[in-house]
Amino acid sequence: MSLAFDEFGRPFIILREQEKKSRIRGIEAQKANIKAAKAVARILQSSLGPKGMDKMLQSPDGDVCITNDGATILEQMEVENQIGKLLVELSKSQDQEIGDGTTGVVVLAGALLEQAEALLDRGIHPLRVAEGYERACKAAIANLDRIAHSFDFSLDDIEPLVQTCMTTLSSKIVGRHKRDMAEMCVKAVLAVADLKRKDVNLELIKVDGKVGGRLEDAKLVYGLVLDKDMSHPQMPKQIKDARIAILTCPFEPPKPKTKHKVDIDTVEKFEALRETEKQYFLDMVKRCKESGATLVICQWGFDDEANHLLLANDLPAVRWVGGVELELLAMATGARIVPRFSELSADKLGRAATVREMSFGTTKDRMLVIEGCPNSRAVTIFVRGGNKMILDEIKRSLHDALCVARNLVRDNAIVYGGGAAEISCSLAVEAAAEAQAGVEQYAMRAFADALECIPLALAENSGLPPIESLTEVKSRQLREGNPHLGIDCNDAGTNDMKQQNVFETLSGKKQQLFLATQVCKMILKIDDVIQPAAYE
Amino acid sequence: MSVLQQGATEEKGENARLAAFVGAMAIADMVKTTLGPKGMDKILQSMGRGHEVVVTNDGATILKSLYVDNPAAKVLVDISKVQDAEVGDGTTSVVVLAGELLREAEKMVLQKIHPMTIISGFRESCELANKRLEAVSINNEKDEKKFRQDLLNIARTTLSSKILTHDKDHFAELAVDAVLRLRGSGNLEAINILKKPGGTLRESFLDEGFILDKRIGVGQPKRVEDAKILVANTPMDTDKIKIYGARVRVDSMQKVADIEKAEKEKMHDKVKAICAHGINCFVNRQLVYNYPEELFADAGIMAIEHADFDGIERLALVTGGEIASTFETPEAVKLGRCKVIEEIMIGEDKLVHFSGVALGEACTIVLRGASSHVLDEAERSLHDALCVLAATVKDKRVVLGGGFPEMAMARVVGEAAATTPGKRSLAMEAFSAALRAIPATICDNAGLDSAELISQLRAAHAADGATASGVDVITGGVGDMNKLGIYESFRVKQQVLLSATEAAEMILRVDDIVKCAPRQRQE
Repeated sequence: MSLAFDEFGRPFIILREQEKKSRIRGIEAQKANIKAAKAVARILQSSLGPKGMDKMLQSPDGDVCITNDGATILEQMEVENQIGKLLVELSKSQDQEIGDGTTGVVVLAGALLEQAEALLDRGIHPLRVAEGYERACKAAIANLDRIAHSFDFSLDDIEPLVQTCMTTLSSKIVGRHKRDMAEMCVKAVLAVADLKRKDVNLELIKVDGKVGGRLEDAKLVYGLVLDKDMSHPQMPKQIKDARIAILTCPFEPPKPKTKHKVDIDTVEKFEALRETEKQYFLDMVKRCKESGATLVICQWGFDDEANHLLLANDLPAVRWVGGVELELLAMATGARIVPRFSELSADKLGRAATVREMSFGTTKDRMLVIEGCPNSRAVTIFVRGGNKMILDEIKRSLHDALCVARNLVRDNAIVYGGGAAEISCSLAVEAAAEAQAGVEQYAMRAFADALECIPLALAENSGLPPIESLTEVKSRQLREGNPHLGIDCNDAGTNDMKQQNVFETLSGKKQQLFLATQVCKMILKIDDVIQPAAYE
Repeated sequence: MSVLQQGATEEKGENARLAAFVGAMAIADMVKTTLGPKGMDKILQSMGRGHEVVVTNDGATILKSLYVDNPAAKVLVDISKVQDAEVGDGTTSVVVLAGELLREAEKMVLQKIHPMTIISGFRESCELANKRLEAVSINNEKDEKKFRQDLLNIARTTLSSKILTHDKDHFAELAVDAVLRLRGSGNLEAINILKKPGGTLRESFLDEGFILDKRIGVGQPKRVEDAKILVANTPMDTDKIKIYGARVRVDSMQKVADIEKAEKEKMHDKVKAICAHGINCFVNRQLVYNYPEELFADAGIMAIEHADFDGIERLALVTGGEIASTFETPEAVKLGRCKVIEEIMIGEDKLVHFSGVALGEACTIVLRGASSHVLDEAERSLHDALCVLAATVKDKRVVLGGGFPEMAMARVVGEAAATTPGKRSLAMEAFSAALRAIPATICDNAGLDSAELISQLRAAHAADGATASGVDVITGGVGDMNKLGIYESFRVKQQVLLSATEAAEMILRVDDIVKCAPRQRQE
């Protein structure tokens, strides 16, 4: 740490406890940052593409997670380095915004920084590099818009959508059944999509799972699946044409929040209290029954007495249903959530064609399936898998596929995958660089080189000779002017991604470029890192 | 340059793969010796107080009790657990098969074959093997007698590898009877397994009625005929006031006495209400205090207290009554019925026996044995057999045992490998070799010459696709499984194949292991 001295040679204290803090600055800081970012990107590089490998992550508590989803890997890795954290955030924001391409964005950012390092070595100012990247990004985006295709589908013809989802799923462990899974995802998205407004609320799609069974046993339920069973073992297991009351008040004597005491000092009072108590339960159940409900779903617990009264009154009930599920249920069945028994009435009930209990395997696990709701726009994808880790990975993969389908519904422009879009952009940026005078030209060329890292990584992961495959495709793109040529990862025999049906959404690709460039600029602008001493 | 937290470790590429393979194979090797009819047991000593000892050869139980640090090993432990939950048996086989697949995969990785190529070969093999398994399965759904025979055979095969092997005929009958009583519902909860130390395993028996391990209250009838039973879940100690914040505040002893009396009155009323149901037996999940017990005795009602929740649920299921908590409307409550309730003695203990119950689904199996360890293991073995049988009742297909399905699958996969161009064929050959390792392990555990036997078996399968030959561990040669009556459940075999392949694929796909720093324990 550098120190400042006054005229008598005594050091100034500028920062609190400055002797304990470590500080790096200038070019050194930039180098260190770039190095850290590269380290993170390198971890993800081998997970890119359909033949990408998985990572095994052990959490601090010893739980194991196996995944090749970029956002999940970074999140579970618990990166400590600050620049590393920036990249984790980058991946997360791609996940939130688009839901797919979380690996690609980090790999791209890493490559951009790697190229920047070489430029810094040549003495180019970091801000000029950032400026050049910005221009290059603009050129690349313009090129993406140029090569984008609009993508046609309708409710009757979902095949194109299914194809896109299959591309996403092919890199995951569910690749074996990508066809069924992709169809399921597309159907789920279309079920909740508002095609007029081009909007899809993914919250209406619940992906739920139970260990055991096989991948093939996964199914799409047009309704909801609750991980609960009836409160009393002898309540009916199946209800047809159910009218559902959704309650957020417990079947228990009321507990006012103000502190109070009920004093009992005479026998009469004791008797009176006894009667009131009994009456409470009778009233509650009567209210439910009178409203015409045939199924009570409650957020809280039941008293034993209330439970039996419900059974005696032939009123099946489910207790301890979580808040999120309750809301979904209310949405699906068209019910109103009722906070007090006194407000229960017939018009606040929801409807469902069938409610049934499903049991699994040899254990006591049971789940409640609610189907045929008036508002069919709540669906559940129910997956099965050999073990917990596979199940989690399936859920993550399906989430990615759902996001892709949603993006296509929102914006039906696509670009071709397999690195085709990146190669085309790289060519475009290079061409734009020629027209640019000044130091930025170098930066733009560097950007073009960095874009090539995606097809390079794809080829490497697929076991192809990376440089040969890339240069071949690049020269063909230039010669034939065909932006659909990419790396043939699946060994399908053609480089034309249009024929292979490999595409990605335009919005996702654009987002990748924007985000990666932004983060790069941010990291390049840092020239001083002050770190407090480790906490003791 | 490390970007991870201090204390975190990262292993990459070949190292990661090696760590994963080694961990998975170590686990597989550990449970390997328990496979097959001559498999050995393991002693597990817990770290907790008392250092409790478990003796078992049930794969899931062994793996569940282990503290495993290797993440790949955890994957195998997990598939074993799921196998247990899903079909109940084959918990060892699934781990051994996954371990063998990885062992073969390791060889190929060393030959510089890309894991993804291996995976695609495995996937294809798995598909082929699954088809073959379906083709060699037998379905005797139509013929009830034959199906029962199938079930008996399956139960015998499952039990032969367990502690019950000496009495396997006896227990196979027990298990099949119990499962067939369920009439296809597959609800194993209705089968109550009671363990009573003493006697020998052979003295275990199946009781058609229901046995509750509880006592009848003092001074109450010990035998009730044509019983009407009220099954309840209600406090019978002091009926607490549930209204929040209620408390008793009095200023004289007289008033205390009054309230006490009122309380007593309340209990008296409750008992009266219960008696008004016209019952002669009252079973409560919660405690019954002396006072109500006395009242019940006066009314000539048998009262049984503190039956646990499972007991109550089963009893309600068996007798057809409903679990009641309020007693104001006697006409609305469905009472349970049975012919005779009596107190019986098993060994030293008194139990309550309900016979002639309305619903014939439930039954009780009473296990007798020399020690609690024996009984625990016997229960686990029987549980396995029951699970397999229940799974078979649902999916009625069966396959021959004794390594026959593995050999049949290995043959098909091997043949396909010979005609498949490309590196994938190596992976398919490896898959077939891994399948053959299962019967080989069974032979090894039985002290037989596995190399000799397996090659004979392989030749038999190659010569005749319709053969039924498998390993006959008893005579130590190749035998006709059909004649020997060694059958296994199709569902179990299929699940073993699919989960093992899935797990192996999952571990193969890994090229990087990141272990986070362990969470600091708070003092």
